[in-house]
Parts: sequence; structure tokens; C-alpha cells
Amino acid sequence: MHRTRGSQRLLALFFAGMMVLNYPLLALWDPQASLFGLPLFPLALFGLWAILIATMAWLLEHSGD
Amino acid sequence: MAQKILIVDDEPNILISLEYLMQREGFDVRVARDGLQAIEAIESDPPDLVLLDVMMPGKTGLEVCQHVRAIERLRHVVIVMLTAKGRETDVAKGLALGANAYVTKPFSTRDLVAQVRTLLQAQA
Amino acid sequence: MLSVPLVVGASFAYLLLLFGVASYGNWRSAQGRSVIDNAWVYALSMAVYCTAWTYFGSVGRAASAGIWFLPIYLGPTLAMVLAWVVVRKMLRIARSYRITSIADFIGSRYGKSPALAGLVTLITVVGIVPYIALQLKAVSVGYAVMTLPAGAQATQAQDWWNDSTLYFALALAAFTVVFGTRRLDVSERHEGMVAAIAFESVVKLLAFLAVGIFVTYGLFDGMADIFARVRAAPELAPLLGDAATFDYGQWFSLTLLAMLSVVLLPRQFQIMVVENVNERHLRRAAWVFPAYLLLINIFVLPVALGGLLLFGSGTMDPEAFVLSLPLASGQHALALLAFIGGLSAATGMVIVESIAVSSMVCNDLVMPLLLRTRRFGIRAQGDLTRLLLRIRRAAIFFVMLLGYGYFHWAGEAYALVSIGLISFAAVAQFAPALFGGMYWRGGTRVGAMAGLLIGFALWTYTLMLPSIAKSGWLPTAFLDDGPWGIQWLKPEQLFGLSGMDNLTHALFWSLSANLTAYVVLSLWRGPTPAETSQALLFVEAFQRNRSTEPVFWRGRAKVQDLLALTTRFVGSVRARHLFEEQARRLGVPTVAQIEPDAQLVRQVEIALAGAIGSASARVMVASVADEDALALEDVLQILDEATRLRAHSIELEEKSASLERATSELRAANAQLQSLDRLKDDFMSSVTHELRTPLTSIRSMAELMADEPDMPLAQRQQFIQIIVTETERLSRLVNQVLDLAKIESGHAQWHNTDIDLGQLLAQAVQTTEEMFRDRGAQVQLALPPQPVVLRADPDRLTQVVLNLLSNAAKFVPATGGKVDITLRTSDAGVQVTIQDNGPGVPAAQHGMIFEKFHQNQDSGGYRPQGTGLGLPISRQIVEHFGGRIWIDPAYGGGARFVFDLPWNTMADTGATDVHTPAPATGHALPPTP
Repeated sequence: MHRTRGSQRLLALFFAGMMVLNYPLLALWDPQASLFGLPLFPLALFGLWAILIATMAWLLEHSGD
Repeated sequence: MAQKILIVDDEPNILISLEYLMQREGFDVRVARDGLQAIEAIESDPPDLVLLDVMMPGKTGLEVCQHVRAIERLRHVVIVMLTAKGRETDVAKGLALGANAYVTKPFSTRDLVAQVRTLLQAQA
Repeated sequence: MLSVPLVVGASFAYLLLLFGVASYGNWRSAQGRSVIDNAWVYALSMAVYCTAWTYFGSVGRAASAGIWFLPIYLGPTLAMVLAWVVVRKMLRIARSYRITSIADFIGSRYGKSPALAGLVTLITVVGIVPYIALQLKAVSVGYAVMTLPAGAQATQAQDWWNDSTLYFALALAAFTVVFGTRRLDVSERHEGMVAAIAFESVVKLLAFLAVGIFVTYGLFDGMADIFARVRAAPELAPLLGDAATFDYGQWFSLTLLAMLSVVLLPRQFQIMVVENVNERHLRRAAWVFPAYLLLINIFVLPVALGGLLLFGSGTMDPEAFVLSLPLASGQHALALLAFIGGLSAATGMVIVESIAVSSMVCNDLVMPLLLRTRRFGIRAQGDLTRLLLRIRRAAIFFVMLLGYGYFHWAGEAYALVSIGLISFAAVAQFAPALFGGMYWRGGTRVGAMAGLLIGFALWTYTLMLPSIAKSGWLPTAFLDDGPWGIQWLKPEQLFGLSGMDNLTHALFWSLSANLTAYVVLSLWRGPTPAETSQALLFVEAFQRNRSTEPVFWRGRAKVQDLLALTTRFVGSVRARHLFEEQARRLGVPTVAQIEPDAQLVRQVEIALAGAIGSASARVMVASVADEDALALEDVLQILDEATRLRAHSIELEEKSASLERATSELRAANAQLQSLDRLKDDFMSSVTHELRTPLTSIRSMAELMADEPDMPLAQRQQFIQIIVTETERLSRLVNQVLDLAKIESGHAQWHNTDIDLGQLLAQAVQTTEEMFRDRGAQVQLALPPQPVVLRADPDRLTQVVLNLLSNAAKFVPATGGKVDITLRTSDAGVQVTIQDNGPGVPAAQHGMIFEKFHQNQDSGGYRPQGTGLGLPISRQIVEHFGGRIWIDPAYGGGARFVFDLPWNTMADTGATDVHTPAPATGHALPPTP
């Protein structure tokens, strides 16, 4: 594998994403709660998803790879 | 008729000695103190021979030589270059520009006179 | 409901539009101005991942299970995080070896095995058929919703010749054929198709967003409103997530499945790897594509919930909410737009998928078999390009018909989303062989083969057969009780593993068996030489470039045979081009004179691989060449050579770089030396000139006097005087030259004492009094009241002052000349200024006058009687004592020379004498150089 810092960061992001979007961290969001009138669980999922994409975008656009 | 010689040098003492020398030998002598004066003098009243110093302020002797040689009617004028510089390149340059002879300073007065006479005879 | 002609007409019009976009893309590509050479287009084309499933299946899933539609899109996002590393490696490999499909990739990696490539193709065909059926089903359902009255059920035509879906499938196949098989592109690129796919991705997104916005803000008062109402309805509230019963296992397996599929699905591989124009596009596309997925999914939940709220559950098919909601609200245009969007999604998928699968079928199934027959085999002549095209077209129709068949016989009973997942699970079987092959040199063909077979078998048993059974085409007995009543062989609870949904269960068994078989069998018997060489090329793809790549081939071949072979598959134009290039590389004037080497053979093989796949290419090349079988030692030896070659070339590069640096350094040093040399030359010629000039006068005068004993006395006097003057001049020059030389070389003698600078100046003025009086000039000396004491050599300092004074005297005007001498003190040291009101020195020469033999080129014809060395010597002296001398540029009234000396003059000379400075009055300004 390409052992550069950029690719290591991406790998780290991958594992972070896997953990955040799966058990057990996913269980932390209480489905009954809501935020801004929207149910927390779906909102959290979309929010995390968006953050993941944004982080990925930042890493990729700024890597010199 | 006496032959005309023009002496060009920026060193006054050298001018004095050369003038005296050539006059003693019976030549009609004029002097010029720098390149521009020399060109003027040659063009207005062409001498038979020019003793031309190389290192002069303004127009150097080489430039004067080049200028004169470019003029058709002055082709017959004998040009003898005098210089304290003795490098081969300068000699070659001078001769290439059309000088007839090249004399390094300090020179022997006797040798200089002999050379002048030879050159003038060849020209005649 | 809308009229049939309207719907059909709009669909047709849209397909024509797509076709137009594709043609435009092809036209631009032919011109060399590709439209798809762009990271955004690349990213949008990846969105072919969103098929009719996104439109209908997601909504249906959301309506029945809430956020359970999401993992299918979260998976690809996670996969794309690694894409820049993993997919880029695939791109690099594919580009280097002209890989045209996933079957080709896997087959090539494991020793260019035709069997493996064929197996992958078979699995793909079988696996993808349900997925194609899904698209057909979606379109037919959508069509029914659009054209039938609301709530009416579409009846499936019983006879296939009555089924409009069949004709749709055939039309789609024809469309695909025109799209993708115009000509045989040896790079397997279809620029027009990619352009059309990118276009339809935009249409998909916009249509879905339009419906989403309409439902959320048109039919309801925004998202909060929808969710509030859902919470209020007790039967709908669980959809929002229930912590107690959340099946994390299934969530994970869905995510994993989608992660693998986004690369392994034939259409994804085709778009991402084969159609890729520029590796660098991947960097942007890797995040743009997930952003697209996010956008298109924002309104899925609102639409699904909105539909449930409006229609109530159980009456309307939730999968068609995206159509039925606008229809019910009378928004016919929007509904039509949504239908077009769904149609777009379906056709996009089908086109790309069938093109990808057809090329696999052609290259990896049909061609190897054909090449064995005598008719098309090795000794046959003739151009096969047309035949290849025909095979591809047939394959497209074949795959499409298979898809229709599945739809007709099995698609009815199963919800769309489940069908799709079955296909996902099929292509997931490629993961161990593919990714293992890219990163593990130890993976062997036998291992890959075993893994694929066992994985596929388990997939069939645990997923495929149950789905067919559940549609009624097989007795369900074996599902409930196991085959022949053997309980622990129940397809959906194999070996008693229960508690999982069927997908997770199937995935678990098939993937683990696959992976285990792959690893175990690979380790059992190591890789063969052919596999090793391919393994090296694949795993080390990033480290190698063309020039240092080892070519694992030994043998002999005739150039005519190779040329003929290439022409057969690639066409004469391309073949010629390739060989001419090789002739250039080998330095041979004509193609006929080429002596084929390993590189040429490899290029031929790569060119063929583009047309018929790596495995067949290998077979064909082996057939015309006389090859030496490579043993493992040979492979290692070639590899060793290549490594040494690479190290050698790197070394060579470094050497040449350092050589260049050394050369440029040498050149610089040489230039400096030359200029110094010239300077020395100039100095020498100046000195000789200056020496010879007075000598000339002396000699001439002396000779003249010698030749004329009776010269008049006055004349004789004059000449003798001149001789004397010139002799003086000569000795002055000689002294100064020697002086300068001594000072510069450090051999001068300095007699340092404490001196009063003021007194020294006064004395100098006195010495030159007469000179100035002769010139009619006035001299003024300004000194500070107290004594100014320095330690220096008084003679030398006087030398400097005299030099400056005599210069001033030379240039002072004939009348009204004035010379001012000033001495100032400050904290730093002393400063002496000598200025005259003469013509001054032009600015350009301010630096030059301190150079040796520079003489002021006075235009008045007056040549100063100097040696030209005075100022240089003065500078040396002043600098010896740590000071500076310069001419003031700001003074316009003449020449103003300034020199300063520090209090501690002995610092520079290296002596340890430290002088305590006299009290300074300091009314001098620091010098401005």
C-alpha cells in the first residue's frame, strides 16, 4: 500500500467512519429524542455522513499525493 | 617636393620628439593631439604618411586607421601605428585594419626613420 | 393517470436526448476534445450506482423499515474514503495492462488464467441477471402507476409475447448496442456513453429533489411537520428507530456489502476503472460521489413517510410513492419528470451493466472457446474485429433477455430491494480474489478459483435458490426443512446458524468460506512462475514504471507472425502504428527488420488484451512465439535484473545530476578565473603602457641629442628638461606600482604612531601651498578645536591627503578655484572631507575612479598628469586602517572626496594595540555611502 501520510490519514478516517456509523457508537443516539423537531437518530446519521464526506473532501483536496 | 607626415599622439613630449626628428629628416610635419583632430587633418590635407599612436582618448588609433582605410581616395596614405602595448593581438588587429606597419615604443629613432623612408619609397 | 402516448412519447424523447448526448460525447472525443476529461463528469458517471432502486426501492424500504435504506449509501461513502489509495492502484494496474473488465483483472492477476476469467464472467452473468430484472420491474411498475388509474393493480402479462416489458427490454438492448458497440475500441472506452451517464445522473438527482421538495414543502409544512405527524401516529412511530430491536449485525453486513459492490459491480468497475480518463480525477470524484449520494437521499425518508401519512399503509405500493404522490396531487408534470428520472436511472444501469458484461462474455467466455476451434483458431487468417463486435452485440441481447426472463418468472413475488441485494452478494464473492491479489503476493490461482467456487456455491444455495423458491418456482419444502429433510442444511439457517436475516447469513457463510479457501489453498502450494510474475506486477504497481518494469518473457518470435496476429485483432492501422513505434524504439529503419524482443512481445500482448482479454491474448501470443517456459528461478532472475537496472538507473540519474552541478560550479569558477585573468592582463598592459610612454620620450630625446652634437643649446636644454621630467614620472610610477603591490600583498611596512590628524592635514596643506598658489586657488582648512589623535602611519596618511589635494589642484578651475578641507569627529571615528569646485566626476565613474589606471576622460583634451594609481593606493591605505574612502554623490558643486577612519584603526591590521578614543564632540553625520 502507498505508505504516505495522506493515505494513512484516509485509512484512519475509514476506520473512524466504520466505528461511528456502526455498533456500538450508533447505539448512543436515542431514537426517541429529537432536535429541531427532527428525530435525532436519522438526523445524526445524516449529520455524521455529511461530516465524513466533508472530512474526506478536505483530506483529498489538500493532500499532495 | 618634401613629403608630408602627420604625427598623432596624445603625449606632448612624444609629439615634440617625433616632430623634431621628422623635421630634421626633411619632412613636412604636422601634428594632431587626438583621433578626431587626426581624422580632420588627414581628410582635409592627406599626408603621405601618418605616425599614429594607438592609445588615445576619444577615438583610438585603431579607429582612426579603420576610418581612413574606408575612404577610397586615402588608400595611398601610409599608416604606421605606434604603441606602448606589445601584445600580439594588438599587432594583428592593427595590420588587419589596414596599417602598413606597427612600431612598439620605445623605438629607436634611427630605425623609425629608416622604416619611414622605405615605406614611402615603396609607395611611390 | 396520464395517457399512454404521453408517457411513451416522453420516455422515447428522453432516450433520444440521451442518445444525442452520447453522440456528442463521441464526436468530441473523436476530435480530441473530450468532454469527459473532467473530475466532475467522472464523479457524476459513478452515480450510475443509483439505479431505479434508489427511486423506488429506497422509498419502499424507508416506508417499511425507516432508515434501513441508508447502509446501501453509507457503504460506498466509506469505500470511497479508501478509493484514492485502493482504486487508484486498480487504475494504475488496469492502465498498464489494458485490463478491460473485472474478469480480465482477476484472470490476469493469477497468471493470465482463462479458466478463472471465465468463472468470474459466469458468476457475474448469473449474479447480475436479478439486478437487471429489477430495473425492468421498476420501469414496468412505474409505467403502470403512470398510466393506470390510481390504486389499480398492474396485471402481469402471462404470455411473454404480450408483455410490453419484453419489448422495452429489447428496445433497451438495441439502444445499448448502438451506444456501446459502434466500433471496437482497444481501450474499451466509450466516451459517449460516459457523457450520457453523467447527464442522466444530473437528471436523476434533479427529478428526485424536485419530488422531495414538493412533498416536504408542498404537501406538508416541512420536515418537522412530517416527523411530528409520524410521531403522533402510533403505527408509524417505530419507523424512526427502536434501540431495543435494532439489528446491528444486519446494519453492518449491509454496509459491508454496499462497500464492496460500489467497486465490484460490473458497471461500477467499468465506469470507475475502465472508462477512467485520468487517474487524478479520482481524487475529487472520491468525495463528490458520496456527496451526490447524500443529496439524493435527503428526501427519501420524508417522501416515504409522507406517502404513508397521506395514503395510509397497505393501500398504495410504497415503492411508487415518488410517482403516486405527485399524481394524486394533480402534479402531472412533476410525476412525469419523476418517471423520467426513474427511467433514466434504470436505463443508465442497464446500458452500462450490459456493455460491461457483454465485453466480459465476449473476451473471457466466447473467445477462448472460439480460439480453440480450427476455424477461428491459431492458424486462421482474417480480421476478427468484426466478429468480436458481433459477439458483443449478441451478448448484450442475451443478457437482456436473461434479465427479462428472471423478471417474468421470478420477479413478481419479491420486493425490489431484496433482488438487488442478491446481486450485491454475488459480486461480493470477488472481493478476496481481487483485493487479495492486489496486496498479497502469495495469492494463487488455485486459491482464487477455490474461493470463488465455494463462495458462489454457497451464495446460490443460501440466497439464489431461496429467492426462486419464494417466487414459487421451486418447492419451498427444502427451505423449511432442509433438503431431504436434513435440518442443519437449511438454506437460510445453514449448520444451525440462526438469528440472522437471510442476507447476513448468506454473506457470512459465502464470504468466510471464500476467504478461507483462498488463503488456505494459496498457502498450501505456492504460486507458479507465471503467477509470481503477475503478482509482482500487480502488487508493486505503484513502484514500477514502464522503463524499469521487468518483462517476464523469454523466447523468440518472428516479426511477421506478430504483426499478422496483431492485425487480426486490432486492425491493420493500429497494428502498423504499434510496430512502427517499436521500430523506432529499437532503432531499426523498417518494421520488417525488427528483431522482436521481450518488450515488443509484451506490447503486442497488451494490445491484444484490449480486444480479447489478457488470457486469450496470452494464448495467442504463445501460439506464434517459441517461448521458454519460465521456472521460478528465471522469474526471480528477471526480477533481480530489473531491480538492479532500476537501482542502476537511479544511480545514473544521481551521478549525472551531481555531474551537472560540478560542471556548472566549474564553469562559474572558470568564468571568475578568466575575468580575474583579464583584470590582471589589463593591469599588466596598463602598467607596461604607462612605463613605456615616458621611456619613449626619454629615449627619443636622448637619441636626438646624440645624433646632433651641434644642436642649439636652447633646444638641448629643453630636451634635457623633458628627459628629467619624464624620468621623474617614470620613477614615480615605478614607486607607486611597487607600493601598491606591497600593500596589496600585505608586504608593506607600516610605521604606526599616535598622530594628531589635524596637524597632519595642516602640514599637507602647507606642502601643497605653492601648487595651489600657482593654480590661483584658495585653500581652506576646518578643524575641530581639540586634537584628534589616531594611531596610524603618518607617511601613509599624508600620502592619501596629498593625493587627494593634488587631484583637487588638477581639476580646480583656472580662476576662482576653491578647495575646502574639513575634519570631523563622531562616536564611530573621524571623517575628512576634501572638496573642490571643479568639474566634478560623472556619477557613472564614481566607482571606477578608484580602479587602477582609470584616468578621467576629460573631454577638454586636457590629460591630467597623473599615474592613475593615486586613488587606488589611497583606498588601500584607508581600508588598511579599517576606514572607507568614497566620493560624495550628493555634492554637485565639484568633486567631494570623503574618507573616514574608525577610532580603533589597529583592529583591521591585526595588531593588539587598542586606542582609547579622544572625547568626541560628534557634530558629524554618519556617512552616506
